[in-house]
Amino acid sequence: MATAAIIAASEVLELAEPLLLDCGQQLAGVRIAYEAYGTLSPARDNVVLIMHATTGDQHVASPHPITGKPGWWDRMVGPGKPIDTGRFYVLCANVLGGCMGSTGPGSLAPDGRPYAMRFPVITIRDMVRAQVALLGALGIDRLYCAVGGSMGGMQALSLAANWPHLPERVLAIAATATMPAQNIAFQEVGRQAVMADPNWQDGGYYGTGKAPDAGLAVARMAAHITYLSEASLTEKFGRRLQDRTSKTFGFDADFQVESYLRHQGTSFTGRFDANSYLYITRAMSYFDLAEEHGGLLADAFAECRARFCVISFDTDWLYPTEQSRRLVHALTAAGAPVSFVELSAPFGHDSFLLDVPALDRVVAGFLSQ
Amino acid sequence: MTRLRTDLGLIANHVARGARVLDVGCGDGTLLRALRDERGCRVHGMEIDPANVAECVGRGLSVIQGDADKDLAFYPDSAFDYAILSQTLQTTMRPDRVMEELLRIGRRAFVSFPNFAHWRVRMSLLWGGRMPVTRLLPVAWYETPNIHHLTVSDFRAFVAERGIRVEQAWFLTGDRLTSTSAANFRAEHAIFLLSR
Repeated sequence: MATAAIIAASEVLELAEPLLLDCGQQLAGVRIAYEAYGTLSPARDNVVLIMHATTGDQHVASPHPITGKPGWWDRMVGPGKPIDTGRFYVLCANVLGGCMGSTGPGSLAPDGRPYAMRFPVITIRDMVRAQVALLGALGIDRLYCAVGGSMGGMQALSLAANWPHLPERVLAIAATATMPAQNIAFQEVGRQAVMADPNWQDGGYYGTGKAPDAGLAVARMAAHITYLSEASLTEKFGRRLQDRTSKTFGFDADFQVESYLRHQGTSFTGRFDANSYLYITRAMSYFDLAEEHGGLLADAFAECRARFCVISFDTDWLYPTEQSRRLVHALTAAGAPVSFVELSAPFGHDSFLLDVPALDRVVAGFLSQ
Repeated sequence: MTRLRTDLGLIANHVARGARVLDVGCGDGTLLRALRDERGCRVHGMEIDPANVAECVGRGLSVIQGDADKDLAFYPDSAFDYAILSQTLQTTMRPDRVMEELLRIGRRAFVSFPNFAHWRVRMSLLWGGRMPVTRLLPVAWYETPNIHHLTVSDFRAFVAERGIRVEQAWFLTGDRLTSTSAANFRAEHAIFLLSR
């Protein structure tokens, strides 16, 4: 993506106050793009805030403006669905640092040029801070539930820890309270792929007609593997060849899995800004809710009176069940009412986005009480 | 009240209204729902089988997928008014440690278990010379989850050694209460209400 931020057809709200970020800098004129579904009750007590994953966006249940594909959680959010828009007012905002209409590195700085690498390094808590400011501007002072999968789950946990009075329920799926070394490692691989692309130009590629698409595509390919499971790759592709009957003894995408990954990589560059990818994965690497609260994770939740539901998947090796269990033990020690289940699903980390009927039942059940 | 199994009904009827309760090995949450809906308790569960946990959470209960042998350690002291271990003690790796944890996190504990000294079990072993397969112990030795069989007398000795107070005890044969005297011979199933 060679231009500045993609402006989606979402509502965009400009925050009146500058955001004071964890890095110490202030960011003024922050714009937050968001989608809303359902109707806000007169008592304003039916708000479900969905927080999106690394490369997600606010288009939860409405078509993506660039790809035209259905919303990323269309199967979960809608009338009569587990997150029922007939009952709840569902909000989802593009994260700070993103590229779908919220302020990020591709946005224009006060000097009229894109921030690029002048954009401050942000944290998960900063992303939440921006969403809390959005809620404030919308006159919403409590959440029926804060929901998120993967990085969205981290935001939901950060919200519970830092704005404990806001959520009545917190649902964290395939998430962690502390980013493990293996994940930091994969995130670094992705960033290095982007930064090794000469078209990255130290981040200053906006308006040059060249963008680090090759690097971003490699980053996406590597990351995409971590979202799947060996079993699902084997099942979906095995060693099958792509549109050919024999190996070419060359470096084309001979295998279906190669072709699939290349497609994932190139199509990603059409909808995502490389610098946003750097900033968002950096924020994830920095995420450690225990460290933020004196080293003891249970202390992070000492003030929160919300009910929690933590869900992991047995084939998710990126955010394995052990991470969720650690979180659950901390919540238990903090005396929080918590539910936890490891669901069986074949799709690896991506299970939270896919057809897992048990997930639907658990989400609907958790929201029902 | 929801039609509960006799032993669960007995427990439910002796839990104070509005109490904080943890049911360890809560299965599909039948007892928890009864305690929540009929007695206004604040209920929590722990269950090892993920399908059961999903069922419970789907019904709006706070249930953690966990293992009584490992995961009780994370609860603070006296976190609950009652910790319930129903038909689960004999399936744990270390019943002694589970009991200690139960009485640490609960001010009181309900513990129920099948009595391995029931006359039918004795007869089966004495005359058949085979590990008993009875109504309460229906699974053959090689696949039974019941890895630490115990008797009413074993349990009484255990709690006495550790200074655990028996506040009340009930003994069942089928759905009927049976007398305390000769319980070790006549009871299929025992329920104890304990405290420190």
